[in-house]
Formats: sequence, structure tokens, C-alpha cells
Amino acid sequence: MNGVHDMGGMDGFGKVEPEPNEPPFHEPWEGRVLAMQRAMGYAGGWHIDNSRAAQERLPPAVYLTASYYQRWALAMERNVIERGLAGPDELAAGHALRPGKPLKRKLTPEVIKEGLTRGSFYRQAQAPARFKPGDRVRTRNMHPPTHTRLPRYARARVGTVELVHGCHAFPDAVATDRGDDPQWLYTVVFESRELWGPDADPTVKISIDAFEPYLDPA
Amino acid sequence: MSAHDHDHGHDHDHGSELSEMQLRVRALETILTEKGYVDPAALDAIVETYETKIGPRNGARVVAKAWTDPAFKQALLDDASKAIGTLGHVSRVGDHLIAVENTPQRHNMIVCTLCSCYPWEMLGLPPVWYKASPYRSRAVKDPRGVLRDFGVTLPADTEIRVWDSTAETRFLVLPMRPAGTEGWSEAQLAALVTRDSMIGTGFPKTPGAPS
Repeated sequence: MNGVHDMGGMDGFGKVEPEPNEPPFHEPWEGRVLAMQRAMGYAGGWHIDNSRAAQERLPPAVYLTASYYQRWALAMERNVIERGLAGPDELAAGHALRPGKPLKRKLTPEVIKEGLTRGSFYRQAQAPARFKPGDRVRTRNMHPPTHTRLPRYARARVGTVELVHGCHAFPDAVATDRGDDPQWLYTVVFESRELWGPDADPTVKISIDAFEPYLDPA
Repeated sequence: MSAHDHDHGHDHDHGSELSEMQLRVRALETILTEKGYVDPAALDAIVETYETKIGPRNGARVVAKAWTDPAFKQALLDDASKAIGTLGHVSRVGDHLIAVENTPQRHNMIVCTLCSCYPWEMLGLPPVWYKASPYRSRAVKDPRGVLRDFGVTLPADTEIRVWDSTAETRFLVLPMRPAGTEGWSEAQLAALVTRDSMIGTGFPKTPGAPS
């Protein structure tokens, strides 16, 4: 979706302000949010793409003013409700009013290492890769109202395939509960002038990781 | 919902200064626990892991090894997940890590414009600036300007390559080894490797400079 999360190339947000000696968490609740997110992912409550999609659907003003972990918490509430894992009445009450739904598994201290290792996104290819390194490709001019990982600044632009990453679960499908729909994934590199016009710094190149359905031969 | 919608009792074990977010997150944890979805002891362990075990030191060890062991460096650039898997690292690495090498001709910089994808297993949790709008919006359009915000200036003819992490691949920058470190041990070298040098918004420390 063309949400405010898709901010590559936007102006006006000001300077980057690094914080010296930044702690992992600024408030204890931030750590709880992160931990719940990991635990619910492990349990199979929802996929990471559902989490991203729920954040993207926050109202733009909320998205821009909420902190990172606030966004996570708001998205988690949405996923909990939308997936029938708890009701709005329970969130309002602050405790469970009904038993939980069965989930795939539960993260316990005994399996914490396994739970903190990233899962693999490789999937069995359904067809041979359409592109190889060196191929010129044009990204599609697509504007789905649902989750996608093709940023707006890189749509309808010509670039070069640099790396082939194998076949991966396709976020656009996963986020809309259409299964993994495995797709080949490529690093596609663009000249800065292709993305930002003739005044752009010619020493800059920008790459995205693009799934095959985002690409046509150029 | 507002945090005040729910009945949180009147035992005042949490006082009245608790923020809305604290109350809201506490309610969520209570519900997920009561439903049997999460185990609070596992949540404690996750928080502790990210506070004490997984941080930029993990990535620094990998970089220092690559600086001292050419065969490892080549393996890292060929397949970072596999190469790091051979180290018996404190945190296991997922399948999709890619190391990109800085050279005198090319400087690499990592961003995630769409959310905040970041190589957690190598660098720990991302800093706030990495997740915030100024960096995410500008890194792909004005990387030299972003580097100036970090006090970093590159020669005008150095190629800058910005990697936007738009899928599940994760990127680790392999910075250039500082001059004057000939004969240094891996541990000594690792102490020079900063988090920002592995994101591409900084350089490693130089020998003798105040840390």
C-alpha cells in the first residue's frame, strides 16, 4: 500500500540524530513488546509480514508520531484481534475473558535459542528463475492497496540484476493470507539518476531486493 | 482503546505514574499469558538476551576475523550465513545474511526504507536513528548528506552503494581495516570495530584514538 511507511526519498524529516551510548530499551515496556512479538511469531500467531502490514495500516499521523515500539504494540493489538486470538473486550478489560485458541507451539525458556534464531525464508521454487545477474529489468508500475515490498521510489525504473537470492516466501501473498506463494528474489541495482533525476549524485547507486513479480525484462 | 478503559484494580502496586503505554503493554502481556500463548519467563529471557548477549560485539568479531584470515574473508563474502555458522558464534545466524565489502573505491551503506530491517544477530537491536524517518527517508536519496550528519566525509569520487533491505536478506558492511594495525590480534582489532562502521554510517576507530 502507498502508506507513509514507504518514505524512501521523502524530504523534510530533518537531520539524523544519533544518541550516544543508546541503551537497548528506553523503557521496560519496550522490551516486553519485543519479547511478545518474538514469542507470538514462534508460536505461529502471525507472520512477520502480518506485523509489518498492520503497522502500515496505522493512520499516517499515528505512524509518524508513534515510537518504534509503540508501532509494534499497536500492530500487535491489531493482529491479536484480527486473528481472533483475543477480543477487543479482553483488551479493554486488561485480562482474558475466554480460553485461548490452540497455537502451533509455545516459546519457553528451554528453547529460547531456537526461538531467537531467524527462520529461513527459502522455499521450493515453482519455476526456474526468469532473470540472471547482468539482466536489465524494469520494475513494475504497481500500486497494490495491500502490503508490498516494492518501494514507490523504485517503481517503473530500469535497473540491473546483481544477485539472485534463491526462491523466498512472497511477502505480498503472506501478508494477505494467500500462503507463501514462493518467488525468486533478486538484488536489483539502480543508478541514482534513474531514480532521482539528472541532478542526482552520479557516484551513488541504490539497490533493492525485488521479488520476481515486481520485474519485467527491460 | 485508552489505557484507562480497563479495570486495573486498586492495589496500586504500579502507582499512578505508569504511562499509557506501560498499562497497555501490561494488559496485552496479561491476556497473552492467560490465554496460554506466551510464557513470561521466556519473555524475560528474550529481554535479557538482547540486553546482555546480542550486540555489535558479535559483528565486530566477524569483521576482525575477516581482517586477519583471508580464507575466512572470502568465505564471508561468498556466503556470510555459512561462513559465520562455522565460527560457533554466540548467536546463530539465519539463512539470509550478506556481507558487503568497503574498498577505497566503494563505500556501502545499509538502510531499510520500508520498516527497520537490520542484521540483529550481528549488531543487536537497531538504534533509534536507524528506525526513524530522517534516516529511512534520506539514505537512498542523499547518502552523502546523511553521512555528514554522522560527521563522515568520503572523497567526492568514491562510489556510494546504498542497500535498501526490502526483503529478508540482511546486510553487514565489512569496513576497511584501519592503517597501523599490522600484527594486531583479532581481539585487539574487534575493539576498533564500531556498530556504525558495520552499517556504513561510520568508520572503525583508529589505533591510538580515544575510545
